[in-house]
Amino acid sequence: MSVETGTDPTTDPATDSTEVDDETATAASAQGDTATGTARAPEAGPAASSVTMTKALNQALRDSLADDDTVLVFGEDVGRLGGVFRVTEGLRAEFGSNRVWDSPLAESGIIGTAIGMAMNGMRPVVEMQFDAYAYPAFEQIVSHAAKLRNRTKGRVSLPITIRIPYAGDIGGVEHHSDSSEAYWTSTPGLTVVTPSNPADAYSLLRESIAADDPVVFMEPKSRYWMKETLSLPVTTAPMNRAQVIREGTDVTLLAYGPTVQTALETAEAGAEHGLSIEVIDLRTLSPFDDETVSESVRKTSRAAIIHEAAQFGGYGAEVAARLTERNFTYLSAPILRVAGFDVPYPSPKLEEFYLPTVERVLDALESWDWEL
Amino acid sequence: MTIDVPTTGRSLPQLQPISFIGADGRLTDTPTEGLRIPSDATLTGLYRQMVLVRRFEAQVTHLTRQGRLATYPSAAGQEAAEVGATTALAPNDWLFPTYRDSAALLTRGVPVAEILAAFRGDWHCGFDPHEYHASPAATPLATQTLHATGFAMAAKLKGEDAATLTFLGDGASSEGDTHEAFNFASVWQTPTVFVLQNNQYAISTPLREQTNATMLADRAAGYGMPGLRVDGNDVAAVFAAVSAALERGRNGDGPTLIECLTYRMESHTNSDDPTKYRDAEEVEHWKQFDPIDRLEKYLRQSGALDDAKVAEVAEAAETLAASVRDAMNQEAEVDPRELFAHVYATPRTALAEQQQVLEAELAAAGHA
Repeated sequence: MSVETGTDPTTDPATDSTEVDDETATAASAQGDTATGTARAPEAGPAASSVTMTKALNQALRDSLADDDTVLVFGEDVGRLGGVFRVTEGLRAEFGSNRVWDSPLAESGIIGTAIGMAMNGMRPVVEMQFDAYAYPAFEQIVSHAAKLRNRTKGRVSLPITIRIPYAGDIGGVEHHSDSSEAYWTSTPGLTVVTPSNPADAYSLLRESIAADDPVVFMEPKSRYWMKETLSLPVTTAPMNRAQVIREGTDVTLLAYGPTVQTALETAEAGAEHGLSIEVIDLRTLSPFDDETVSESVRKTSRAAIIHEAAQFGGYGAEVAARLTERNFTYLSAPILRVAGFDVPYPSPKLEEFYLPTVERVLDALESWDWEL
Repeated sequence: MTIDVPTTGRSLPQLQPISFIGADGRLTDTPTEGLRIPSDATLTGLYRQMVLVRRFEAQVTHLTRQGRLATYPSAAGQEAAEVGATTALAPNDWLFPTYRDSAALLTRGVPVAEILAAFRGDWHCGFDPHEYHASPAATPLATQTLHATGFAMAAKLKGEDAATLTFLGDGASSEGDTHEAFNFASVWQTPTVFVLQNNQYAISTPLREQTNATMLADRAAGYGMPGLRVDGNDVAAVFAAVSAALERGRNGDGPTLIECLTYRMESHTNSDDPTKYRDAEEVEHWKQFDPIDRLEKYLRQSGALDDAKVAEVAEAAETLAASVRDAMNQEAEVDPRELFAHVYATPRTALAEQQQVLEAELAAAGHA
C-alpha cells in the first residue's frame, strides 16, 4: 500500500495548514549528508527515495505491525483518517480494525487501557494527538506506566510506546505547540526519545516499539514534512545514544527534535565568522548520553543547549548542571541555555519572537568572554 | 420530521436493590432480575471466607494500631462485596483491586505477608500479579478501572476465555477515569465487571456530597451497558450478580456495572477519626444489616450450618489471625540496593553511578 505524503499535512481545524518547506528540508538533508565521518548519514541504497518524517514513521509502524502480532495501534482518529498528521495512514486498511483502531476521545483512557493491554501481553503504540492533549493522561503515564515495573519488582513489564507530536513553529493555535519533554524526563521509569530526521524517526520508533519499557516518543511537528533521500528499512545509531552530526572545535551545540535544524544552521552561520561549531543531536533525552556529550564538551570547552520549551526548570537546566558537574575543569565558560522564554507558548503571529533562532543562539555564544 | 435515532435498548436498574437473604436471615421477595440464589454449599463456603476475612481485617487493624504497619484501610463490614465478587472469578480471570481490597486479595489466594508488604512498607507490591492473576492494588483512585478494561480488551483480541473484575468506591465514581473506563469498556464491549462498593463514605465525605444521582448504578445506562444495584451486604446477591456478569463478559456480551450497597464499619484508615463526620447511631444502624450474621441465620435455618461448623470456622479464623501476627512480627528484609534493580528493563549507566553512591554510604555505615 502506498502512502500519500503530498496531501494536506493536517486536518485539525484548529491548526493552520503548513506548507512543506522543501527548501529547509533539502537544506537539512544536505547538512546531514555532508556532515563528517561521525554523522548518522544513512546509506541511500538502490531503492532510495525522498522520504518525509511522517512517511518514515508510518513505515516504522507498518513494519512493526507486520513483524509482531502483539503490536496494536490505537488513539484518536488514527484509524479511518490515518491520524491528523497522517502518520498512521493506511494502517487500519492493511491490518484491520483489531490491530489499528479509533479510540474514544479520552487520553487517560487511551493510556490506562494501553497499560492493561500491555499487562496482558500486548505491545500497544498509542497516539496523543497533540502535546498538550497528553496532559489528561499525566496520572496514568507518571503513576502507572512509569512505575509498574518497579512496583512489582520487575514482574510486570509495560512495553508501551506513547507517540506525542510536540513543539511549535507550525502556526498552531493555543495548546497545539507545547514542548512537554521535561515532564516526562523528570519521571523515573520513562524513556524519552525524539528524532530530528526521517531516518532516525524510522529506526528509533522501531526500537521504541521493541523496547520492554514505556517509551515517550516525541515527534517534532515542524519536522514532519522534512524530506530525506533514503531507503527503508534503515537502522541508525541505537536508542540511548546521542550523535555528533557536525564536527567542530570551538563550541558544542546540543539540540534535539525541532532545534537540531537551528543548531545546524547556526553552525553554518558560525563557520562564516570563523567559528567552528560541533553539533550534537541528543536523540534520546532520557537516558542522557553523558559519554558522547562529555567527550565533545571536553574537546571544545564550551557548550550551549537549544530547546523550544521554556528555560526555567527545563531540560536544558539538567543538561547544563550534569555537564558542569562532570566537566567543570574542562570548561572555559558557563554552559548556556538558549530556550523559549518563560511565558506560555504564544499565538501564531508571535511565535517567531518566542522560538530560539540562529541569531539568538549566535548572540548567546557571543556573550561568552572568548579571551578565557 | 424526526431525527433518526435508536429508541430502544436502554434499560435502567430496578430501584429496589437485588437481595436474596434479608437482614433477618430470611429469603426476601425482592425481584432479582433473573438471578438465582447460590446453593447452600456455595453459601457455606462464602460464609467461611467472610468470617476469615473479618478476622483478618480486625487483626491487621489491631497490628496497625500497635505500629506494626504504616497504615491500613479496612474493609470491615464490606465482606459480602469483597468475598462474593472475588469468589465468582474463574482462575483465568483477573482481579484489579484498590487499596481497600486486601480481603479480595486474600480470597484470591495471595499470601498474607505478600498482601501486607505494601502497608508494612516493605515494597509497593509484594506479590507476583501473574501468579495470582491480580493486579497490584491501585492507590490513585479509579485508575485501575482502565487497566481492567485494557486487560480485558487484550483478552478479547486474543480470543482468551477470561474476564476482568475491578473494584471501585463511591468516591472513585466521581473521578474522570471511572467515566472513561465505563465508556471504553462499553464501546469496545470488553469482558469487564465493575463492582462499585458504595460504602457511603469517601474518607469523610458522605455519599450525598459525592453525587446527586438517585443511584450510582443508573450511570450504566448512559454508557449503554447493564447496571445492577444489589444489597452489597447479601453475599448471595453479590455472588450471583457478579457470576452472571462475568459469564456475560466471557460470552462476548460486554461489561456490567454492579453497585453494591454497603457500609464501611471502620474509619478510612487507622489515621482518621470517624467521630468527626458520622454518628455512632449511624454505625449502630448499619450493624443490623451485617453480612455475616444474616448468612449464619439463613444457613442455620437451612441446616447447612450448626454450632460445630460455626466453631470450626471460628477456629480457622483464629489460626489465620495467628498467621497474620506471625507474619507481621517478623521483620521483613529490605535491601537498599534493590532501589535500583527494577526501574528499567535495561540498566542505565547514570543509575549505576547513583547506586555506587549508595554502596559507598552503606559501606561507610558498616551495612552488610
